Amino acid sequence: MTAAVSLDRVSCTFGAGAQAVRAVDGVDLTIDAGEFFTLLGPSGSGKTTVLRMIGGFTLPTSGRVFIGGQDVSQLPPYARPVNTVFQDYALFPHMSVRDNVAYPLMVKKTPRAAREAKADELLAQVQLPGVGSRRPAQLSGGQRQRVALARALISEPQVLLLDEPLGALDLKLREQMQSELKALQRRLGITFLFITHDQHEALSMSDRIGVFNRGRLEQVGTPQQVYDTPTTRFVAQFVGAANVLDGDAARRLTGQDCAMLRPERITLGPSSGARAEGQLSEVQYFGSFTRLKVQTPGATVQADLPAGLTGVAPELGSTVHLHWDASAVHALAAG
Amino acid sequence: MRSASDTLIEPHVGAAGPLRRLSDLLYGHRWLLLLALLGPVLLWFGVIYLGSLFALLANAFFRLDDFTGQVVREVGFSNFVALLEPANLDSARRTVVMAIAVTLTCTVLAFPLAFYMARHARGAQKAALYIAVMLPLWSSYLVRLYAWKLLLAKEGAISWLAQQLHAQWLLDALLATPAIGGPSLSFSTMGTFIVFVYMWLPFMVLPIMAAIERIPASTLEASADLGAHPAQTFRSVILPLAMPGVAAGSIFTFSLTLGDYIIPQVIGDSTLYIGQIVYRQQGVAGNIPFAAAFSLVPIIVIGIYLWLAKRQGAFDAL
Repeated sequence: MTAAVSLDRVSCTFGAGAQAVRAVDGVDLTIDAGEFFTLLGPSGSGKTTVLRMIGGFTLPTSGRVFIGGQDVSQLPPYARPVNTVFQDYALFPHMSVRDNVAYPLMVKKTPRAAREAKADELLAQVQLPGVGSRRPAQLSGGQRQRVALARALISEPQVLLLDEPLGALDLKLREQMQSELKALQRRLGITFLFITHDQHEALSMSDRIGVFNRGRLEQVGTPQQVYDTPTTRFVAQFVGAANVLDGDAARRLTGQDCAMLRPERITLGPSSGARAEGQLSEVQYFGSFTRLKVQTPGATVQADLPAGLTGVAPELGSTVHLHWDASAVHALAAG
Repeated sequence: MRSASDTLIEPHVGAAGPLRRLSDLLYGHRWLLLLALLGPVLLWFGVIYLGSLFALLANAFFRLDDFTGQVVREVGFSNFVALLEPANLDSARRTVVMAIAVTLTCTVLAFPLAFYMARHARGAQKAALYIAVMLPLWSSYLVRLYAWKLLLAKEGAISWLAQQLHAQWLLDALLATPAIGGPSLSFSTMGTFIVFVYMWLPFMVLPIMAAIERIPASTLEASADLGAHPAQTFRSVILPLAMPGVAAGSIFTFSLTLGDYIIPQVIGDSTLYIGQIVYRQQGVAGNIPFAAAFSLVPIIVIGIYLWLAKRQGAFDAL
């Protein structure tokens, strides 16, 4: 399989001297053709800067960027075979929706009739038939999102970059767009590089996830790998909820120097055979599960109990006994 | 240390002073506040401004009795017939051509500066450019005008500079050009044009800058991302989105040039512009009806200009 995008020790520094900020710090990454790859990380972690360097809006301070095997490190955006769906959609307010979608063909001097037909075809593909003659301002946020998608896809790029495209949508629409985007990506076979800070989005859509923190890639792997076997404490805590135990508590409860225990792997049970006991200090109801916080000596442990299995949650302050399977414990590098 | 309960804030409930009652009244009747704020300015515009405009319009239909020098209040069209005399038509044409030339030149000069100020200049540099554009407006118009008279004079700084650069021939060639030339820059239409452009340039820079500042950076990035070269981005995205600014600026430069009577009086070849004719007719000649009729010309020209600008879609991106 050829690499759609690869980054070779790419760094990007903003500012100079004492105020210099190293937004991206020596990132190596290979994204395969046809892959749905997600860069996941908190705001300010540098993931958007990586996308901007692939799109050509920011040039790397050092290192090289390859797209389809070609070194594009110093090429301007218009010379790169990638297109971007921007966070704020970046539609042209003075053009009709059809002209927006046809823009890439217009700059390539495709005749008007041909490019308008193609634009209407793309609009139908993103489930927006018949809005071509409207202005972007007359559309809802979700519709603008689809127009931006159609516009980015019309020139059939090798790689589509999506910069937190679903951030501005409400929950229901976001979930709908997630499955539509995934289906679209499978149908078109284009490589998607998706940027998000939402772990659910990353886990549910991606073939592989790269977890970003402080300008560095902490871990690259499938959603299962990243969730079940995080390599660092940051990944364990950022992707999903996690009990990260270290020191005496870790050794006593798990036999490791530092370990992660997912809350949903913990159950309540009788005192015999319990791995830990403690006082229930907080109960949060989430509908599909109930989150308990249990004060054990040396550590607060969080346990998520699925709805319908436990009946009524125990009283606050009562003593509860925690059980888990040995396989639920995942050792982390201490530190 | 004060405790949290020992607070300085007095309870508001129940204290019904006159200010409080006024505030309640205004809160309950929003239109009262609106009236208080908009009333004076609407009165100004509605009565004083529009009123004098209609008085002007009415005067244009009266005529001056040549014998007594009194205004005869009878409706007639003699002033408009007089407007069609070749000398008057010539002045009107010269003024409109000058206004168009000044507007085009200001646009071409202002655009790169406004673009740089809006998209590239940061911090102290932006402040410095801002002040550089605004600074001329801090000093008197007449002072700047007479300063230009000195600069443009035959023995002035520009002619001296041309000599030092051995470019006197170029200046002479320009001055020998018919229609725009003259004995020196300060006595030529070219000089009038240079000073007009200088005087109104800030009025073009600022609106264009405001329009370009409003274009989101991502819009320009999207254009490049979708394959547009910088020139295509300029033509298809920047220019249309900056058009409302250009239109606003051009209304300033165009109407200021149409109405000005001082610049061509001080600098130029003593051919008359509309403003000068109006000024002389209402002042020296005391022919207010004819001055009124002539001052309708710029109003009509501006009206046509706005109509054309709207038809060209200059306000679509507003």
